[in-house]
Amino acid sequence: MPTMTLAKAINAGLRDALAADEMVMLMGEDIGALGGVYRVTEGLKAEFGEDRVVDSPLAESGIVGTSIGLSLRGYRPVGEIQFDGFVYPAFNQITTQLAKLHARSRGQLTVPVTIRIPYGGGIGSVEHHSESPEALFAHTAGLRILTPSNPHDAYWMTRHAIECEDPVIVLEPKRRYWLKGEVDTEDPGTSADPFRAHVVRQGADATIVAYGPLVPVALAAAEAAVEDGRSIEVVDLRSLSPIDFDTVTASVQKTGRLVVAHEAPTFGGLGGEIAARVSERAFLSLEAPVIRVGGFHMPYPVSKVEGQYLPDIDRILEALDRAFAY
Amino acid sequence: MAGELPTTEFDDIPEELLDELEALAQERTEGHVNMVQLLDEEGRFHHRSHFAERASAWNGDELRGLYRDMAMIRRFDAEATALQRQGQLSLWVPVRGQEAAQIGSGRATLPQDYIFPTYREHGVALTRGVELGELLRQFRGVSNGGWDPTETNFHLYTLVLAAQVPHAVGYAMALQRDASRAAGAGRPLPESAAVVAYFGDGASSEGDIHESMVFAASFKAPVVFFCQNNQWAISVPTQVQSRIPLHNRAKGYGFPGLRVDGNDVLAVRAVTEWALERARSGKGPVLIEAYTYRQGAHTTADDPTKYRLTAEEESWLAKDPVTRFEKFLRAEGHADDAFFAEVAAEGDALAAKSRKDVLAFEPPSLAEEMQNVYSERHPLVDEELAWHLQYEAGFADADANAVEGGH
Repeated sequence: MPTMTLAKAINAGLRDALAADEMVMLMGEDIGALGGVYRVTEGLKAEFGEDRVVDSPLAESGIVGTSIGLSLRGYRPVGEIQFDGFVYPAFNQITTQLAKLHARSRGQLTVPVTIRIPYGGGIGSVEHHSESPEALFAHTAGLRILTPSNPHDAYWMTRHAIECEDPVIVLEPKRRYWLKGEVDTEDPGTSADPFRAHVVRQGADATIVAYGPLVPVALAAAEAAVEDGRSIEVVDLRSLSPIDFDTVTASVQKTGRLVVAHEAPTFGGLGGEIAARVSERAFLSLEAPVIRVGGFHMPYPVSKVEGQYLPDIDRILEALDRAFAY
Repeated sequence: MAGELPTTEFDDIPEELLDELEALAQERTEGHVNMVQLLDEEGRFHHRSHFAERASAWNGDELRGLYRDMAMIRRFDAEATALQRQGQLSLWVPVRGQEAAQIGSGRATLPQDYIFPTYREHGVALTRGVELGELLRQFRGVSNGGWDPTETNFHLYTLVLAAQVPHAVGYAMALQRDASRAAGAGRPLPESAAVVAYFGDGASSEGDIHESMVFAASFKAPVVFFCQNNQWAISVPTQVQSRIPLHNRAKGYGFPGLRVDGNDVLAVRAVTEWALERARSGKGPVLIEAYTYRQGAHTTADDPTKYRLTAEEESWLAKDPVTRFEKFLRAEGHADDAFFAEVAAEGDALAAKSRKDVLAFEPPSLAEEMQNVYSERHPLVDEELAWHLQYEAGFADADANAVEGGH
């Protein structure tokens, strides 16, 4: 089984999707000769040609809007938005058009468009390059949202997103692009269903739910908590729409405590939704309130202080302390 | 490529047409709006334009067909407006005054072409064979679509201004890829087709129009941008949207644009046919500005007396597209009283059928609507649907008990 970086796994997923189906095509800014600003599409234009790997004009609404038109004629476009903070010019196309066309047409039309967005912070970047806009899209019916935390998932989520008949946003954790791991391109194994959460560490005393870039952080926090004599379970959510509440609820029923961690601001974020659902489904199992760890209610800060903004091991451990105080 | 200067020289366009386009680029000449016009306001045919030859070739049947379509959609539109006034539709978007722009352009399309309308293209829908009653579903509140776009290649209405235009360009890019895939695989080429993207003078200000024109120009996509300049974006005049004639914007993107008298069905059809042929043959996009007038309100919720003068409305009534064409048909001996009476009766029958259709529309169940959000199973939808059905069933049980109990 080959070992590769998360970025390379996405590249392999795109290459295999392009090879498997002549209707698959990629479109985005600088994705051709340059191979994308993160080199995720490296080599694909040379291999599949400019009709299938399209260097688009610099226009995000145009990328998504034309992808919709292409999908109406049977193509399966994969649009790349260069950075999280640049998706907003396409927000109208994504939320009023892409998300709704299937419903508006009573199922007559399908728009199998994939939108790849590198997201999240922790890379010391400039303004608008470190954001986590997932809640805005999760709130929009008609979209599906996946986010991988490891190379194997990155490969298979890319494949599944492209094969899905519904529009799928794949949020790629950009600070994990260089994370290495084994990728089985023949057998998805437990990743066969992209919409199921994974219990990535078993534990008995509390659950941490995390996704994308924070999964390694949550695992490290769980490891550190062993010193305090705490057995922490970690759930990698994987899909942010739909959310696999069955797996989350089962874990909380076992452990009785829940901490949800994401980089996005907590207010109006997915942590609140998870807390609400868990309290509805497993109220009597809870030993403590659900504690959220996330960004503050402020624009993403300048990079020199992002370390204080982003949830890290200590912030998660502090949240666990609060959960165990009950 | 890099360092090469872009050009707006259209070397595939014959010299005399280029001269005509250059002349049209001027806004006005001595108080006269410059545009392609074949029929003057009195319905007299003129041979001044390059496009006259094309229109001269159409026979009596074709000419009468254009009139029939315009008269039918005008009658249908009047019925829909009445239905709204009578409380049977929540809203209507009248098309009165724009019949020539819509019938002329719609009749220029071929079956394999694909049309992306706004929400006012009732006339274009008629030319594409859409069952007109279906257009009323949205306004009756029983559907956000209403017809199967794959049957007629007439897409669903889009209410977010200009949002359908990048879809049109994407569809045109798909047509290009269909052809190159067929060529690559040694398969016979598909029938060459093009796309028409409709929008108005108001929507021309939207960013999606700009992005669409950039994409279309860069990829030479087979798309015709058809802008109906009906002079008013609800209450704001075109001058606020553009300080130059709208069609002149095309030159900035690197493809031809021209203005046509949108109340002259012959000119509109001729110009659109030319643009579509050009697009289908791989020469890229064209922007057509159809200069017309919305005789009625923006929608039935609008009140034009608040923002425009009666004198202006009257001056445009004199340019009415339907009466102008009737004058032409009569003067040229193409149609007589019997024909016009027959069309009027046919229009009344269409109106009566549409009214009957509207009153018979059944609303969908909310449960069905929930199931149409995704193509594939979705656990949240399943969960909410199950709850909804159980909750509603509770009322059914209560009703049944009430009947049994005799309350």
